[in-house]
Amino acid sequence: MIIHHPILGPRDSQEFVYLGDASLMNRPDGLTAGIEAFHDYLYNRDNPAGEHRELWYHEQGDRSWLVVTRNTVTHEIVRVELARDVAKAAGRTK
Amino acid sequence: MRYSGLRVVVEALTGHRGWKPVWRDPAPQSHYDFVIVGGGGHGLATAYYLAKEFGKSRIAVLEKGYLGGGNVGRNTTIIRSNYLLDGNEPFYEFSLKLWEGLEQDFNYNAMVSQRGIINLIHTDAQRDAFTRRGNAMIMNGADAELLDREQVRAMYPWLNFDNARFPIKGALMQRRGGTVRHDAVAWGYARGADMRGVDLIQNCEVTGMRIENGRIVGVETTRGFIGAGKVGVAVAGSSSKVMAHAGMRLPIESHVLQAFVSEGLKPFIDGVMTFGAGHFYVSQSDKGGLVFGGDIDGYNSYAQRGNLPVIEDVAEGGMALMPAIGRARLLRTWGGIMDMSMDGSPIIDRTPVDGLYFNGGWCYGGFKATPASGWCFAHLLARDEPHVTARAYRFDRFLKGLMIDEKGQGATPNLH
Repeated sequence: MIIHHPILGPRDSQEFVYLGDASLMNRPDGLTAGIEAFHDYLYNRDNPAGEHRELWYHEQGDRSWLVVTRNTVTHEIVRVELARDVAKAAGRTK
Repeated sequence: MRYSGLRVVVEALTGHRGWKPVWRDPAPQSHYDFVIVGGGGHGLATAYYLAKEFGKSRIAVLEKGYLGGGNVGRNTTIIRSNYLLDGNEPFYEFSLKLWEGLEQDFNYNAMVSQRGIINLIHTDAQRDAFTRRGNAMIMNGADAELLDREQVRAMYPWLNFDNARFPIKGALMQRRGGTVRHDAVAWGYARGADMRGVDLIQNCEVTGMRIENGRIVGVETTRGFIGAGKVGVAVAGSSSKVMAHAGMRLPIESHVLQAFVSEGLKPFIDGVMTFGAGHFYVSQSDKGGLVFGGDIDGYNSYAQRGNLPVIEDVAEGGMALMPAIGRARLLRTWGGIMDMSMDGSPIIDRTPVDGLYFNGGWCYGGFKATPASGWCFAHLLARDEPHVTARAYRFDRFLKGLMIDEKGQGATPNLH
């Protein structure tokens, strides 16, 4: 699979480390969220067959985190964003 | 029809005109006491043991494709019970004992071959870990032996013992481990279930679940609504898709695992060998092909095919261990979809929906578990309580901190 890095252009997916569903960016507040919410965040997944937003880390490159939208049935990559941009667009400071 | 040596002789003398299809192809009835979703190894075994061991009737197995067309026909056929943790080892040893009696039990030749499995050791620390594992196995009634370097050399003199990175120092051996003809497992269970009145319904995909007042009353399928007293889902690989019909999110990611077969070679590997440090394991089929594999690709996938980097990685592992295979050609590769769970261990449990039961999360170790998985799932469906060897395989173990994490990786499914 070739991942079109927003800054570095087309890169082999072998340069990246895969983490999982991009919802992992949205960690609940440990002081206010209950154990059930944290359990759901940490262990449960949508695991869709089809488009999946997921986190890839460019370990052998610029060490940026990317949000890659990829089809889990065809392996086609339809969108690549910097995770930083996604977080800022959602109103976070970083 | 019961199979026997005498039957083979009689059929040979009468032109083989007496062989009949080994299961019916019934249309679905409007209601069953037990509906098993998934006509793979685990689903068929569940139906078989429900009928045979737990005396239940009015059972159907619903399969979206054809029987045994999923992972039971796509794996590398290894059986073993070499686990460390208390939640796992009794279950897998129960499974291995069932394998040992399986062919007599269901009167079908599944070619169970206890040719032995070795896990190679490269360092002192690894020997310590495998010694501990072997002791855990023995304490749970399994067999285990620690082999030194010369014992391994006597078995496989052509291995690369002096690899600079991973020199071979010994191995953990389980002689009762081995291989099985995987398709025949599905066929044997299907035939045994059919003979006991189970309806095996193919080309019947579950498209929805009808739940009323917190209780399941049946499933919507491509062949119409089918009412059910209890529904058991055994569709590993597609668990998240099917359980979404009941509004459930699972502690599972679907990943692709590739497997490989070389061209046929003269017999030179008479057992199963794992080279964990090199992400490689191998056995040799009765046709002579090397059957081997390595790690999962590592990203969510429902594609039943992987990508080239893992093929290269596995081939490198094979070459590091056995330079002798360097000129053998790869015949084919394929992929299967794994339910990768959050601790690398399976789930056999009730769900929040009354009458709906779940069996999945087998990661890449489901084949060896087939008999015990079927037995324990049938036990749960029939009696509403877990089998003694499957008590730890609960959904709530993640909430309660009772994970069964053989590899100690935490909630990272692609690393188990």
